Formats: sequence, structure tokens, C-alpha cells
Amino acid sequence: MNDPTGTGPHETGYGEAIREGFVHLLSRHREVFTIGQGLWSPWYVGNSMTDLDKLFGKDRVIDTPVSELACTGAAVGAALCGYRPVVIHPRMDFMVLAADQIINQAAKWHHMLGGQARVPVTIRAIINRGGEQGAQHSQALHSWFAHIPGLRVVMPASVADARDLLIASVLCDDPVMYIDDRWLYDQRAVLPPVVERPLAAEGPKVVRSGSDITLVGAGYSTWLCSQAADILAAEDIDAVVIDVRVLNPFEPAAILASVGRTGRLCVVDGGWRNAGWAAEVIASVAEAIDPRALKASPRRVTLADAPAPTSKALEAGYYPDARQVADAARAALPPRRTA
Amino acid sequence: MNGRAWQSELGGLADPAQFTEPLRVGKADGARLSDLLRTMLVIRHTEDQIGRLVVEGLARTPCHLGIGQEAVAVGVATRLRATDRAFGNHRSHSHFLALGGSPESLIAEVLGKASGASRGMGGSMHLFGRDVGFHGSVPIVGATIPIAVGAGLAAKLDGGDSVAVAFFGDGATEEGVFHESMNLAVVSDLPVLFVCENNLFSSHLDIEFRQPSDRIGRYADAHRMRTLTVDGNDVLAVEAAAATLVEAARRGEGPALLEAVTYRFRGHVGPNEDLDVGVHRRMADVQAWKQRCPIRRLRDGLVAAGVLSGEDFAAMEREVVTDIGQAVGLARSAPYPDVSALHDLVYAGPR
Repeated sequence: MNDPTGTGPHETGYGEAIREGFVHLLSRHREVFTIGQGLWSPWYVGNSMTDLDKLFGKDRVIDTPVSELACTGAAVGAALCGYRPVVIHPRMDFMVLAADQIINQAAKWHHMLGGQARVPVTIRAIINRGGEQGAQHSQALHSWFAHIPGLRVVMPASVADARDLLIASVLCDDPVMYIDDRWLYDQRAVLPPVVERPLAAEGPKVVRSGSDITLVGAGYSTWLCSQAADILAAEDIDAVVIDVRVLNPFEPAAILASVGRTGRLCVVDGGWRNAGWAAEVIASVAEAIDPRALKASPRRVTLADAPAPTSKALEAGYYPDARQVADAARAALPPRRTA
Repeated sequence: MNGRAWQSELGGLADPAQFTEPLRVGKADGARLSDLLRTMLVIRHTEDQIGRLVVEGLARTPCHLGIGQEAVAVGVATRLRATDRAFGNHRSHSHFLALGGSPESLIAEVLGKASGASRGMGGSMHLFGRDVGFHGSVPIVGATIPIAVGAGLAAKLDGGDSVAVAFFGDGATEEGVFHESMNLAVVSDLPVLFVCENNLFSSHLDIEFRQPSDRIGRYADAHRMRTLTVDGNDVLAVEAAAATLVEAARRGEGPALLEAVTYRFRGHVGPNEDLDVGVHRRMADVQAWKQRCPIRRLRDGLVAAGVLSGEDFAAMEREVVTDIGQAVGLARSAPYPDVSALHDLVYAGPR
């Protein structure tokens, strides 16, 4: 297995980049450990943690009983005692069982105990869907968790962020939910050596510049935005793509500035429509922008408000693709635009 | 009682007519036991004062008083060090005080003042006292049980001989996380003491309507974990059991459950006896349990052993009442937190 810690620029994939983040953290920071179901098996978490138990020992890479709530609580408890645990939920759906420890405990203790208790726990939630897995093996619940004050929520879309936002999350003194997406694991890129950066310095980033419309995504939906931008570029439509990266605390300034220039906004959300994260982005822009700067009503592309189906025939209509994102973008643009 | 087979496995331990005699104490241990008596008095009178602040309308935060249950916290605390990590629940004034937290900081917290244990951000149900080994209490039932397991995991990773302690009630044993946590602690061999204050009631409901048996220790049996069930109104019995289980955990022999059978003199929340709210909470039981008062039994034991006179005790109690009166005065005049705390404390780091 390639262990690129300390090596120069190198090409790697999204899943391997997560693993590089873990290797960096476990090598350099004694207070980091990982806990969750499947950590001694190659089956649960793709190639994102392969053989970490062999490299760093089963004391720091802990496989567990089938107890999402207790294991998350144990990670919170160890975090209160000076460690920086990463608790891994191989599927976000099952993490719902741990909601008390995430929402009522991790996110609240610092505030509720007068700033005296710190909970530097990272909760890694993996979105793992498609392939006829159905309603309880598919969910992307980032909007839910982004609602909670005190819980930082990050969604890496790029290979670099897969590694670097993991490192920033774990080294942050607050509880962080780090949400990665199995649909991104095949992405590849050349990564520079690790530079540790504070999570508070991270936020929405323009990943493709343009002038006609602002496309906004997070995690996999950023990749959809980029694909849609390629389609639009072939029609001489110049789309900006902004990767939100950090959903909570949410800093909309970069989006606002971009929409101020393009006058058009389309948000792509891998979750449901009602009370979802796309609505927060649109609301944040709508309440702050000069209405005269908007050239069209903001749009959103989301999942239909329905549980994920199993049958592949229904799945095909459930998950938006880049073509649908491009269609939504075109609908926000003047009808006859020629090169 | 329901149609199914209810079984009281606790027997006399749950019968307030039994275990009412003075504790048998040795004179040699007199000074130390007088200190324990004093600590129980501090808890009793601090909570009594908090009850008065509720009646007065000054304290609006839900206050769950543990009057009558003081011996559990005090008995366990004698075996803990400031470097151990204890966690509490909605009824944790006694744990905070028994470990050495100051009445003034507790009362100030209950009043929402900046000088409070949680700087006025927590109230009665969210207490913090790291200096004395009290690492937090919360009212979500059972929530600190896995957190204590995590503190035990931290202790194991640290490599020292610290232990973690979770204080909870019999109601929490009906939460799934209690069982998940015991299992995780056992398979991971962690130094955790689970302390169940079995006061025979959840908020309002007699254990008879909630479980097929009143003995919580049976859950430890199921998880192959060491357990002791004791009279929770006998501070010496609690102390002896805690000594056995805590020392074993320090030696690396893994987790244990200490079940202390007790009863609260007041209702679930607030200063009243709440006979109207409780289902099966009978005046005769409340009165009988008051005869099994943990403070009275230790006092009578010390008097019988010639360690204290009745006058000594009265003087001790007067002194405690005076001190707590002063603490109330200081807490009342302390400032409230600055409104900036509302936003500034959401994150430890910058936004």
C-alpha cells in the first residue's frame, strides 16, 4: 500500500486520499484514534482505510460491536478527555441511531457548560447509495445536521479536500461531521504535500469561473455541477461552479459575490427539497442581494421528496444527473442564446 | 401490578421498614466519618435551599433534588480522585458536591449566574467541575453512560490507573444505550464504574410497572460484568462496594456495576413530595423511607460510638446551614453572564 505521507506531489484517488489523511493524522498526532464498525475489514469503507489497523494497531483503529449510539458516545467521551477521535459510520442511514450523541451531546457541551468542555470529535458519515440499495441504504442527511449550531459540517467534493478537510476536521477543537460520498471514490487528481490548515479558514470556493450563471454544489453535487458546466460550455454558456465545502457554519459571501456578477443561481443538492440545504443557499442569497441584480429566479435541483427506491428503473428517475442540472441552468438563462 | 409475574429480587433492600438502624461504626474512623456526615449535610441543605429558591421563583431551571439519596454520591466519591472522570445526569447536585464542587458555584449555576459551575450557561441539569473530577451532567436519560465509557477508553489509552464513573438512575437502565455501553465496556475491558441509583421510580412510575424485576444488577450478570447491590442509604456499604469495584478497575480488571438502592424524599422535579404525580408513590412509603434517612443513620451510629454528641451534630448542622446561607447570598448577588456568551460559546474555535 502506498503511504505517501511526507512525499511530494502524486496522483491519487478520492478514497485513497481519505486514507492519506488518516495516515497523516495517525502518524503525526498521538491523540487521534478511529472507532467504528468495519475498521478491520476491507468491506465497509471502500479503500479509504485499508490496513490502517495493521499500520497503527488495533488500539487506535478500533472495530466495534454493532452499537452506533454507544460508539459515538464513547468517541464524544474520549474527546472530552483530550483525544481527537474519528467515529466512522459506513452508512449515514445507520448513524441516525447515534443522533442523541451528535445533536444533544457533541454539539451542545461547549456552549452548555460555559465553554469549559471541548469536544474535538470527528463524525465521519459516508453517503453510500445507488445499486438498488433502497431507502435505508441511501440517505444524504447533510441538511439535517447543518441545522445544528455547534456542529460543523463539511462535505469534500475534490480529491484534495477528501484528504485535507479530513485533517482540518480532526484537528479542529469542535465536533465536525465529515461527509464523504462513495460516488466520488473514483475521482483522481494530483495532490500536493499536506499542509495543515485550520477548518475555520475553509469555506465555499469557486472551482470554475464563468460569467453567465452560478452553479452551487456540495460533495457529489459539486461534481454534477462541473459536469453540467462542461455541457453548457459546449453551448457557449459560461457557468461558475462554487463548491460549498463547509455547510455549517455557512458563509455565503463567495456565492453572493458570484451571483451579484452573474445574476443567476442554480443550487444542486444531493438531498431532498423541502427544508433542505439548497433552500438555505437560495435564502441566504435572496435576503442579502439587491433584487435588481437578479436576472432570473433562483433554481434548485434536488432529489424528489420521496424515499430512495430499490428498483433500478425507479433509481434512474430518482437521482438527478448532469443533463438535468444543465437543463435547470438553461431554464434560468435567456431562451435563445447563440454563440 | 400488571398481569405478568413481577418479582422483587431486592427484598429487604427495597423495604423501607428494614435497614433503619444506626450504622455500626468504629471509633477509630470517627473523624473521617464525621467528614462524610458533614458532606451529606452540605448536600441536604444546599438542595433544601435550592428548593426554596424554586418556591421563591428565583430559580426557574428544572431542579431535580436528590434529598434522601446523599449517601450514594458521598460513598462513591470517597474512592475517587480528582484525576478520575465522573459524569452525572439530571439529578446530579449530590455528585457535584460530593466530589468537592462548591455549594456557591452550584447555587449560582441554578440561578443562571456567571459565577456558576457552568458559568451560568447550564443551570441545574448541566453541571461541570473538572477540577474535582466532575466532567459533566446532562438530562437526556442515559446520555452520559456511553460518554463515561469513552472516558474509560481515554483512561486506558492514557495508560494510567484512572477510572471513569457514570451516575444514572433506574429509569436509564430502560434505555438501549445502557446495554450498548456495558457491552462495549466489557469487550474493550475498560475501567468504568456504572453507578445506578435505584430509587425505584422513573420520573413518576414505580419500577414495578416498568421492569419484571427491581434488581438492576441482573443486567450486569447478562453482560458478564462484576456487580454489587447495596443499601444506598448506608454510606459505609456504598463506600465498601465502591472500594472493591473501583480498585479492581484501577488494577485493569474491567468495568463493574454498582447498584445502590435508595429513595427520593421529594418528587421527580421541584421541591414538593409529589404524591399526586407519582404512580404508586404513597405517603406511607415516603414517611417510612425518611426513617431510613442516610444522614440520620450515620449520625446515630457516630453518637452511639461516642464519636459525636447530639450537641456536636447540632453545631455541625448549624455551621453548614450558615455556610450555605452565605453561599446563597453570594450567588444571588452575582452577575448574569454577558449576552455575548450566547453566540461566542457555540464553537470553541472561530466561526
